[in-house]
Amino acid sequence: MVQITLTVNAEPVDAAFAPYKTLLEVLREDLNLCGTKHGCELGECGACAVLLDGQPVLSCLVLGVDCGGRTVTTVEGLASDGRLHPLQETFADLGAAQCGYCTPGFLVTAKALLDEHPRPTRDQIRDALSGNLCRCTGYQQIYEAVEAAIGQAGPKGPALRDTRTDASSVRRPGPFGPGTDQSR
Amino acid sequence: MMRLPNFRFVAPTSVHEAAELLTSSSGDAMLVAGGTDLLPNMKRRQQTPGTLVGLRHIAELRAISNGDGLTIGAGLTLADLVRTQKVRESYGALWQAAAQVATPQLRNMGTLGGNLCLDTRCNYYDQNYEWRKAIDFCMKKDGGTCWVAPSSTKCLAVSSTDTAPALLALGASITLVSANGSRRIALSDLYRNDGIHYLTRQPNEILTAVHLPESTGWRSAYWKLRRRGAFDFPVLSAAAAAKIAGDGTVESARIVLGAVSSRPIEVAPAASLLVGHALTDEAIARAADAAAQPSRPMDNTDFTLVWRKRMTRVFVTYALRELRGDDVRDLRRRVSRQELL
Repeated sequence: MVQITLTVNAEPVDAAFAPYKTLLEVLREDLNLCGTKHGCELGECGACAVLLDGQPVLSCLVLGVDCGGRTVTTVEGLASDGRLHPLQETFADLGAAQCGYCTPGFLVTAKALLDEHPRPTRDQIRDALSGNLCRCTGYQQIYEAVEAAIGQAGPKGPALRDTRTDASSVRRPGPFGPGTDQSR
Repeated sequence: MMRLPNFRFVAPTSVHEAAELLTSSSGDAMLVAGGTDLLPNMKRRQQTPGTLVGLRHIAELRAISNGDGLTIGAGLTLADLVRTQKVRESYGALWQAAAQVATPQLRNMGTLGGNLCLDTRCNYYDQNYEWRKAIDFCMKKDGGTCWVAPSSTKCLAVSSTDTAPALLALGASITLVSANGSRRIALSDLYRNDGIHYLTRQPNEILTAVHLPESTGWRSAYWKLRRRGAFDFPVLSAAAAAKIAGDGTVESARIVLGAVSSRPIEVAPAASLLVGHALTDEAIARAADAAAQPSRPMDNTDFTLVWRKRMTRVFVTYALRELRGDDVRDLRRRVSRQELL
């Protein structure tokens, strides 16, 4: 067993685990944080994305033993004071989560984007999320949800508004159109 | 689910200490920087090192220094490179290559040194242990036959690095450090056309830095063929660099092909056809025809090999048109899904 101290979702945590475990396995199996999903385990899907020292990385390819002293943010750490992060609100309101398996990876990656670029263009959103696969939504609703969260998710603490008002101003595609985005 | 095999982990804080650890572990150790290539391989039991020497805590591997050209620490992540203004301004092919590797998350993890030493890839090799066992393994790992070409005496796994073709076009050299000292070699001399022994790096050596020559007067470009706009390794790439005089005459040029062999291929005869001429449509067509000659893709990656072979000429043409200064933004959007300007 190895023992490390790291910061997870703003709390210092001691973890003891088998030395071959990835950060994903440590989070899910030893820290009981199962929000981060176990997808392809080879870096080909983005489901296991977390923020490591503020940057989105794939936790299935990070050695747990090399995480001592580092700061990890998982999807469980997005809500604060019992209130959802604006991205979580807009994802729910705009149908950006269907089966939901890819959603934690999208949420933390989108949070890192908004922390760095508070007003990203559609192209910047598309590029930033290009490492996350979603087999349900066709991506359009996800891009729209990130756009709807713009202005509410500043790094200096969210200025929460009723996202439902914002959501109603966003074009909602019907079940079969307008066409899905096939560019990725 | 695939777990990593057991290993001992050490995290040195200097290149010297890391080199000593490599030497003292009797050939059973491997280096790990970003882990994005090695860890999937370890999960699939393609590599099972007894010791992993982590390079993340070595600050000297992340240095960038100007001088006669540019020296880039091999431990910088691909995302670091993409953010480096000097790379973007003066070494466009490297910037375009780094920006097209895998995905944003993987670029936050993977390093330049790791991409240069990327394991060669093949549809019969990049599979889990049970899959490989079911075909009685292949020549590259645990077996004796090359399933791509069963009569081949040589492994035909494909060099799939994006940054190497770009850096070869830019005339890069590298520094390798071991406990016995260091040596600086042309990047071209790092590679061998053998899918198993694809690097001349010795097991006790650490790739510490990449050196780029002065770039005044040079332009460069990198074009990558893959199925999707993200994730995928190249199944063909073309890098080109040229020193162009004020009147448009090419004074010097390099053209390099990636992912058509077990090493990146520099096509000097094609580049020499450009020297002394302006980059006219005719000159570009002549050079692209010549560059496509040594392109011999094998049937072991995505897309059909005939089409990939045919695209070689097309992608070299794209790269040379970009060097000429053509507006390639629409083409880039279509091919790369990014403008990459």
